[in-house]
Amino acid sequence: MLRIGDYEFNSRLFLGTGKFPDFDIQREAVIASETEVLTFAVRRMNIFEPSQPNFLEKINLDQYKFLPNTAGAKTAREAVRIAKLAEASGICHMVKVEIIGCDKTLLPDPVETLKASEELLKEGFTVLTYTSDDVVLARKLEEMGVHAIMPGASPIGSGQGIINPLNLSFIIEQASIPVIVDAGIGSPKDAAYAMELGADAVLLNTAVAGAKDPVKMAKAMKLAVQAGELAQKAGRIPMKRTATASSPLEGISI
Amino acid sequence: MNLRINDELIHVPKSIKTITDLIQHLALSNPFIIVEHNSVILKNDEHAQTTINDGDKIELVQFVGGG
Repeated sequence: MLRIGDYEFNSRLFLGTGKFPDFDIQREAVIASETEVLTFAVRRMNIFEPSQPNFLEKINLDQYKFLPNTAGAKTAREAVRIAKLAEASGICHMVKVEIIGCDKTLLPDPVETLKASEELLKEGFTVLTYTSDDVVLARKLEEMGVHAIMPGASPIGSGQGIINPLNLSFIIEQASIPVIVDAGIGSPKDAAYAMELGADAVLLNTAVAGAKDPVKMAKAMKLAVQAGELAQKAGRIPMKRTATASSPLEGISI
Repeated sequence: MNLRINDELIHVPKSIKTITDLIQHLALSNPFIIVEHNSVILKNDEHAQTTINDGDKIELVQFVGGG
């Protein structure tokens, strides 16, 4: 059971809702993933386009917890405003603090991220903070009281997988709050690897939405997260530099 | 009456008195429309009581797909 603030989850796969080919495929993928947490962004409506179908109308709202992000914000002030806008909808449960500090890498601005997390905690939000794989920053966020840390595996949408497993493992080892590996996951092996490193959950979007078959990939990610979690509990064998025979060396009949 | 909605200058009839009237006038059907009125974020149940005046600044936002 994964616990974040007052919420408990059976699934350890969080799913983003951007960039799916259409709402029907997205709905099938969400179901196949068995996720319980969906992320969203907050954006201006097009007031000249009355008919704007929304994915929220396609799903059973009671089955999911909603994690709006503050994407688009470049400062703590903007992020806090977006979080409050999302909260005003009355359907959100948590907030993902996401403040981009570099347009090329989409890496987060650590200073503004800390400020926004602190402000939102004061306001009583359940705060999940997207951060780089900076070990010290992760510790400072935890000391501040955030409810979960979400270090990126690699740049958002890059599909490069876990490029710094050492830092991620340091973050996971030192944390006593949930660590959710977020951003950069490309394939199920990355999701399984994150869980094997001891992550509490994985958040991904493009890896499913951009797959040739998003529904199959959603299922694959679900299984990968489960496999990684199970493997982490099972305890993998140590790596050796040389071979060790699996079959007995005695009694060979030749 | 002129309003600045999502940074666009929009003319609406004087019969539009509240945020709820405005949403109906614009024929927006999204069930989760979030409103900021003159920099004050409104709860859903405040739309009907919030009166609007000439020159007001209004933001209408919604949830969209995102990661």
